[in-house]
Amino acid sequence: MSVAVDNLTDPADILDDSLESQMTISMGPQHPSTHGVLRLELILDGELVVKTVPDIGYLHTGMEKLFEYKKYQQGIVITDRMDYLNPLGNNLAYVMAAEKLLEIEIPERAQVIRVLMCELQRIASHMVWLGTHALDIGAMSVFFFCFRQREKILNLIEAASGGRMTPSYFRIGGLMMDLPAGFERRCKQFLDGFPDAMDMFETLVSGNTLFQSRTKGIGIISKEDAISWGLTGPCLRGSGVELDLRKHNPYTGYETYDFNIPVEDGCDVWARFKVRMRELYESEKIVKQALERLEPGPTKADAPKVVLPDRDDMRKHMDSLIHHFLIVAEGFNVPEGEVYLPIEASKGELGVYMKSNGGPKPDRVHFRGPSFVNLSALPDMVEGELIADVVAVIGSLDIVLGEIDR
Amino acid sequence: MADLKALNGFVDKLKSENPDWVVDTVEALGELTVFVDAKNIVAVCEILKDQHDFDMLADLCGGDRGPEDDPRFEINYHLFSTIHYHRLRLKVLLSEDEPNVPTVTGIWKTADWHERETYDLLGVIFDDHPDLRRILLPSDFDGHALRKDYPLRGYEPYSLT
Repeated sequence: MSVAVDNLTDPADILDDSLESQMTISMGPQHPSTHGVLRLELILDGELVVKTVPDIGYLHTGMEKLFEYKKYQQGIVITDRMDYLNPLGNNLAYVMAAEKLLEIEIPERAQVIRVLMCELQRIASHMVWLGTHALDIGAMSVFFFCFRQREKILNLIEAASGGRMTPSYFRIGGLMMDLPAGFERRCKQFLDGFPDAMDMFETLVSGNTLFQSRTKGIGIISKEDAISWGLTGPCLRGSGVELDLRKHNPYTGYETYDFNIPVEDGCDVWARFKVRMRELYESEKIVKQALERLEPGPTKADAPKVVLPDRDDMRKHMDSLIHHFLIVAEGFNVPEGEVYLPIEASKGELGVYMKSNGGPKPDRVHFRGPSFVNLSALPDMVEGELIADVVAVIGSLDIVLGEIDR
Repeated sequence: MADLKALNGFVDKLKSENPDWVVDTVEALGELTVFVDAKNIVAVCEILKDQHDFDMLADLCGGDRGPEDDPRFEINYHLFSTIHYHRLRLKVLLSEDEPNVPTVTGIWKTADWHERETYDLLGVIFDDHPDLRRILLPSDFDGHALRKDYPLRGYEPYSLT
């Protein structure tokens, strides 16, 4: 009897060992706070995160391969499905890359509408971010208020393009069609209600001490590290770097709009939160300016071999009908060359690398998604943090898995 | 967008540093492409980052020109500066027999995932990469999906069940 007892390890030793040893936890891919199908392999010491290994690819659908088998104009619908919270931004980057290869000039009205729609989309995207970020941290009601605002914008996008989440509104050489009658009035209606909604969010979230204590000093990334990790957008501006491609590499006439670049130097979740909140006001400002600039005019470039003709023209003019047939059946040839076209999407720098061999299909299309790059910095940000703060940091990165996995 | 004169200034400085570094340059559509040999890419990137303020690697992507072409693969480095906002493209050409290029993860941390993606989809080997694994496709995936000779629907029979 006594021999058997001697052979047993002291129960206290077992207890100590299990507390000191590291534990591996698999978070996701179906975890609600990972914003999609992201899996994190967390190595924990107690509640502290020792190491994080993100595991992505669950949503990989080979979109970059698919582009090579589709004509240029068919590729636009694929881009909708990448960052599905900011489809118009994806459309814009893709069509602008093709336009740069084709060297097409876009009419003024189309440019203003592009800016207008992109900024509305940015607000919608930030609304989802705000709702889910607050939800991750435990504030449930904010989510519903955010989605109410987003719904109003989606209705506007639906009115213009026919699609809520997959608009494909921007086409190579201009827009799918002009804005519908009454769009400006509905847009102004939305803008009238928006400041009140923002006031509510400021009170509900920004002024909430619980939210502040969950976000301040969490997920710190220094300015140098942020640049080295290639962070862009609000994540970079939250680390004190003033960089906004709308100002510094301007496109579609952004240089003529009056807006500020919000920068915070807290380097933490709270700083990134404040940058995005302030950005919402700037986007609202740009939308207002764009509405004022809307003048009647053409929305398609004068390039009959590239831009689909109006239905009305097709019924009256033989050459329009021929062009329509050729574009749909055979596509248009794009001159040989390669471009890298970056835009400031709602999450950061969205770059499109497009290479043409001279045919109707691209040779290579590569999307540099901001979410992909921003997520790669996650292990650095959460090292040494509590496991409960991992979800706060993921929320502050504002990732979309459709864009990461492509 | 980009100021080609300023970009050419950077290339001239590279040439004066070591004439072997710049194999060729191409100006097109307001962008400047600098062809660099695979063995020199780390040295060129280091100089561009430390002395010419290209502190961010905006993007790194590979491309396949097709199985009959030699060199078959090309790797594009899109450099960006958060100080003077210029963009520069470096291009490395690789043959199919030796698709190896030294890693630049030591210079920009962001190269880590970009290089893993390029390895995953094209089969380009980044020498001395700290963690060169597949990233988007599962680890037991056969072949490299973005190669031109890889069929669109893969090698397995297509079925919805």
